[in-house]
Amino acid sequence: MAQEEHVLISMKNITKTFPGVVALDNAQLTLRKGEIHALMGENGAGKSTIIKCLTGVYERDSGEVHMEGVEGNIHCHSTMDAQNIGIATVYQEVNLCPNLSVAENLFIGREPRTKLGFIDWKSMNKKAQELMNRLKIEVDVSETLENYSIAVQQMIAIARAVDMDCKVLILDEPTSSLDDNEVEKLFGMMRKLKERGVGILFVTHFLEQVYQVCDRITVMRNGKFVGDYSVAELPRVKLVAAMLGKDFDDLAAIKQEGNAAEKNEILYSAKGLSHKGTIRPFNFEIHKGEVVGLAGLLGSGRSELVRCIYGVDSQSTGTATMEGRPIKIKAPIDAIKAGFGYLPDDRKADGCIAGLSVRENIIIALQARNGMFRKIPISKQNEIADTYIRMLSIKTASRETLLGQLSGGNQQKVILARWLATDPKFLILDEPTRGIDIGTKTEIQKLVLQFAAKGMSVVFISSEIEEMIRTCSRMLIMRDGEKVAELDSANMELTQENVMAAIAGGDSK
Amino acid sequence: MKNVWNNFKKNPLFLPIICMILVLLINLFKDPGFFSIGVKNGVLYGRLVDVLNRGSEIAILAIGQTLVVAVSAGTDISVGSVMALAACGGCVVLTGYGNTSVTSVIAPIGLGIFVGIIYGGICGCINGAMVAKLKVQPMVATLILYTAARAVGLLLCNNQISYIRYEPYKYLGNFFPGCPIPTPILVTILMIVLAQLILKKTSLGLYVQSVGINSRASKICGIDSEKICFICYVICGLCAGVAGMIASSRIYSADSNNIGLNYEMDSILAVALGGNSLAGGKFNMAGSIIGAYTIQAITTTLLAMGVSTDQAPVVKAIIVVAIVTIQAPVFRSWLEKRRTEKKLAKEAVV
Repeated sequence: MAQEEHVLISMKNITKTFPGVVALDNAQLTLRKGEIHALMGENGAGKSTIIKCLTGVYERDSGEVHMEGVEGNIHCHSTMDAQNIGIATVYQEVNLCPNLSVAENLFIGREPRTKLGFIDWKSMNKKAQELMNRLKIEVDVSETLENYSIAVQQMIAIARAVDMDCKVLILDEPTSSLDDNEVEKLFGMMRKLKERGVGILFVTHFLEQVYQVCDRITVMRNGKFVGDYSVAELPRVKLVAAMLGKDFDDLAAIKQEGNAAEKNEILYSAKGLSHKGTIRPFNFEIHKGEVVGLAGLLGSGRSELVRCIYGVDSQSTGTATMEGRPIKIKAPIDAIKAGFGYLPDDRKADGCIAGLSVRENIIIALQARNGMFRKIPISKQNEIADTYIRMLSIKTASRETLLGQLSGGNQQKVILARWLATDPKFLILDEPTRGIDIGTKTEIQKLVLQFAAKGMSVVFISSEIEEMIRTCSRMLIMRDGEKVAELDSANMELTQENVMAAIAGGDSK
Repeated sequence: MKNVWNNFKKNPLFLPIICMILVLLINLFKDPGFFSIGVKNGVLYGRLVDVLNRGSEIAILAIGQTLVVAVSAGTDISVGSVMALAACGGCVVLTGYGNTSVTSVIAPIGLGIFVGIIYGGICGCINGAMVAKLKVQPMVATLILYTAARAVGLLLCNNQISYIRYEPYKYLGNFFPGCPIPTPILVTILMIVLAQLILKKTSLGLYVQSVGINSRASKICGIDSEKICFICYVICGLCAGVAGMIASSRIYSADSNNIGLNYEMDSILAVALGGNSLAGGKFNMAGSIIGAYTIQAITTTLLAMGVSTDQAPVVKAIIVVAIVTIQAPVFRSWLEKRRTEKKLAKEAVV
């Protein structure tokens, strides 16, 4: 192929394992000269891992990395190594020194010196200003960095990388904190660099931006390489399908197996609920015994919506009713008392209390509902713990084992048990099956259907659409903090095609 | 027997107890008289009684400090100063403002002691509000009262040392008439029993550990993390109040400059010697209390050996370094490694 000559970086058969997890499984990545290459995938797809393997933050277990102009298989042991061969990275959070001047930030570690070995401020400022002019960034280089917006700081970080003569520029979600104008500026700069022949690897969660600026897309899923496409050949819907793991052509409507609950009375309803900054006012209602799915890409507001309902994020506006009575939820404890349960998506930060035993983790929500002065007798605690360890087949040495010593899937089961122990009427599960093996996944799906059959209402969030279609009787589709569609299995609307089309939005139809 | 030993070895109290025994063993060799307990003038006396008696304040402070460390992964460095403030606040109720030396009191002794403890509680509230609500670093938050409390105490006492030369006021820090056991020991036992009761009968212990390990997750589980943190600081303040009143009663005066001097460091050390991680989370109250008495045992031992009070801290520091090293995970894994290496070497020779 003619294109072969322009290949800047090729990574092949990259494997990286962490204790208990295969983060990268024979992944590959090819970056050509003068292209902007998007790296796409849901959380846990391995995007950051492959970048970190390239830039020397992690050492890969196996695989080959070749770069134009560098002999043999490259092994970077540190980001410094990577920089020396021309690979520069700009992360989501600007990693410059905000209290130093722009010029100092540009030349830190390689300041021009005078004959006596002191820093030559004059020539440093001059060089810096020249660089800024060349890249058409309007700043005063002697000004302190923190006086400029994040976008400008981001661009200065890129300028620094460019000046160090990089051949490869990696941008890891640079746009997540920028507004539209700033994004446009950043894109302008990226296009200029592209003309100079720099290969840019661009990681983002925003689909729009990919189509605006990128030439090629590499999609990853579960640590595996899915495909390398040119933007033209991959319309939005197909991109979403590739990211979520469904071959679009194979999709056939999946028959519902009687989980379309007859409409019982309404259990919970919210009107105009919102949390400032993350989610716009929304209406939501759920019937008794119903399983409602919330779908959308990461950052679409699906997690923020349930956090707002449950009171982890305060409710800025709106009202809610539970079983017909108005309910004001100021903190999670109010929700728990009303019969809510919430399994958070960030298991490590919001779910696990790793230093406590399995037993303590299981009874803690029930104990909190009972109050501090009505301690559950230890014999009763043991009984509850044993019941759920058996019921969910939690693999643990004993009920006194610390939660942190369990595997991810079993930790998740313990947290599920924590909420089941409170016998909730309304259970919110945010990504209950993430990072869990297939067997456990199906177990959890089955459990959800069992609970619903017993009259529990469940909100189910998952990145895997298939899983949601199997378990939910109704699905709400979220995009940019707003509900954009509602699909009901009763009308036979609930198909993978419809869901993906709704998630992708834009020109999908 | 071996089984019992192995079980004991796994107990979290294993190392704290061993350290304590080591300190006491030094005395056995140097001066067997250390362990003799006698009765003089109807009260118990002896070095061992002295350790228990003098260690009371540190032990009481350790109760509160343990909770503070567990819940906030920080330390309350104001307890020593709060002791002084509590003593002054309590005494001024008994002497009246501006009186430096009284032979009778103007209010019931009980009321004075109660007011002193309440002063401790108020200080705890201030610390708790700063740490729990305003999210100030625990050390910075308590630094404020560390410097200010003594000054407030002096203010209450009109910049003087108020003496209460009235026999019943000495009961708390010395002996009740007819009781051979020093009162501070009894008060400490009472405080420990109280703490154990609270930890056993309520779920405060579980909440404190849970908040200390992961306050976000605890909140989602329905625990008011801020409130729990606040409560721990208040308890710590109350403990400082009790300790302050004992210290004041010992010297039947309110000496704001000297009561509780450097006790905050001893109380933190007690928590650490008890095998508790200063990074918060799981805690072991019994360990802290053993730690408190270990510190006192070291001090008493040194004084018994005739080390001058000026030089004692040097020796104390060396002993503490040794104890902390023995307990450090790094040291223990190093020992483990050496043991297996030796074993392998032996096998290789065979």
